[in-house]
Amino acid sequence: MKWPAIGYLRASSLDDIWRARAEHGDAAQLLAGGQTLLATLAFRLSEPKVLVDITRVAALRGVRVEGGVLRIGSLTRHAELGRDPLVAQHAPLLARAVPLIAHPAIRNRGTIGGSLAYADPAAELPACVVALGARIVALSPQGERRIAAEDFFTGLLSTALTAEEVIAAVEVPLATPASRSVILEVARRSGDYAMAGLAACIGMEGARATSARLVFFGVGSGPVLAARAGAALAGRTLDAAAIAAAQAALNEDLDPPGDMHGPPEMKRHLARVLLQRAIATTHPATEAAA
Amino acid sequence: MSARIDITLTVNGERVSRSVEARRHLIDFLRIDLGLTGSHAGCEHGVCGACTVRVDGEIVRGCLVLAASLDGAEVTTIEGLTDTGEVADLQEAFVARNAAQCGFCSPGMVIAAADILRHHPEASRAEIREHLSGNYCRCTGYQAIVDAVESTLATRREGAR
Repeated sequence: MKWPAIGYLRASSLDDIWRARAEHGDAAQLLAGGQTLLATLAFRLSEPKVLVDITRVAALRGVRVEGGVLRIGSLTRHAELGRDPLVAQHAPLLARAVPLIAHPAIRNRGTIGGSLAYADPAAELPACVVALGARIVALSPQGERRIAAEDFFTGLLSTALTAEEVIAAVEVPLATPASRSVILEVARRSGDYAMAGLAACIGMEGARATSARLVFFGVGSGPVLAARAGAALAGRTLDAAAIAAAQAALNEDLDPPGDMHGPPEMKRHLARVLLQRAIATTHPATEAAA
Repeated sequence: MSARIDITLTVNGERVSRSVEARRHLIDFLRIDLGLTGSHAGCEHGVCGACTVRVDGEIVRGCLVLAASLDGAEVTTIEGLTDTGEVADLQEAFVARNAAQCGFCSPGMVIAAADILRHHPEASRAEIREHLSGNYCRCTGYQAIVDAVESTLATRREGAR
């Protein structure tokens, strides 16, 4: 369907954004890559009165290492994330996530800030930033604040952002030689949203895991940090017994809703399979054997 | 806020200035305002890929881009790509292998495939399929399309030796 009649404002600066919001209030909707928002307009799932195009706001751009973290500007497009050398070096999980996001033409437009702000429970990047222990930098006319990624996602398509705020950047702790990260998903067709997915960051010391952040997507109302399963792996050699313990712990970590793909028990099954596959990928002994 | 937005951009190498409604997407802009009907509007919500065009050198879904946002941009459509001869061999391979039936998906398919020729000259058959997975063809079953891309890649690699 064609888009409805709508207004358009091109913001060149943060001040332009604040002005547009002051004038139009809730009727104004920020537009970044538009790969979700513009599709929802076609379906009349959202009906903003004015689109505020923020893609030319330089303050929201750029990828750099600053103060011991990797700072990724919110307007960084998925394709840019996938080819950025700093991302590959310091946050390889994000680079690995990119090929799983939709299709090349969409990855050339969609942005990390847009994906996080929309907070689709089956999207890859929200799960990744929680797994990485990243912080979301939220800006408003009052200044900026940092929100831990795991506190940022508050429910279905909901975030901790206030109506005054815009995501400026994501700050990711730098990967270390001991950290392993992996993202896996099961989808019916390439590029579809996942039926279930897992973004995992595991700290390793030899064959032993020192920590494990396992974040599932497509199995809840947002990214789901499987704390019990992670605790079941921490401090242990990642052998079959450890994997079985973590899989068992998933029963309490996850409470997946049924959806068009299948019932909750199918999602639980997929989560167990993904957990086993993820550990096979990150385990150094397995890598050496492969 | 204005109902119409003035934009100046480059389309297939030509400078174009128009005043567009905010609700105008890039494909309607190309087809209705500029008469470039090679780009097709299919699902109009970003799923089918029939509207694939290049903006600033990279492929996008034309139905998920506001024309109003393209002031200063460089747009290339199948017409422009054909005129430059960049994909002449690919188009010949599509014809030779009958990689189209109704032809609705073909412009988007060729532009998406041209992206493989440019960025992934060593692409495997599986990688070709993956790259084209966002472009739907409801007639051919894809085999002939993948064949055409694969053979064009192979011929170009041989030519480069």
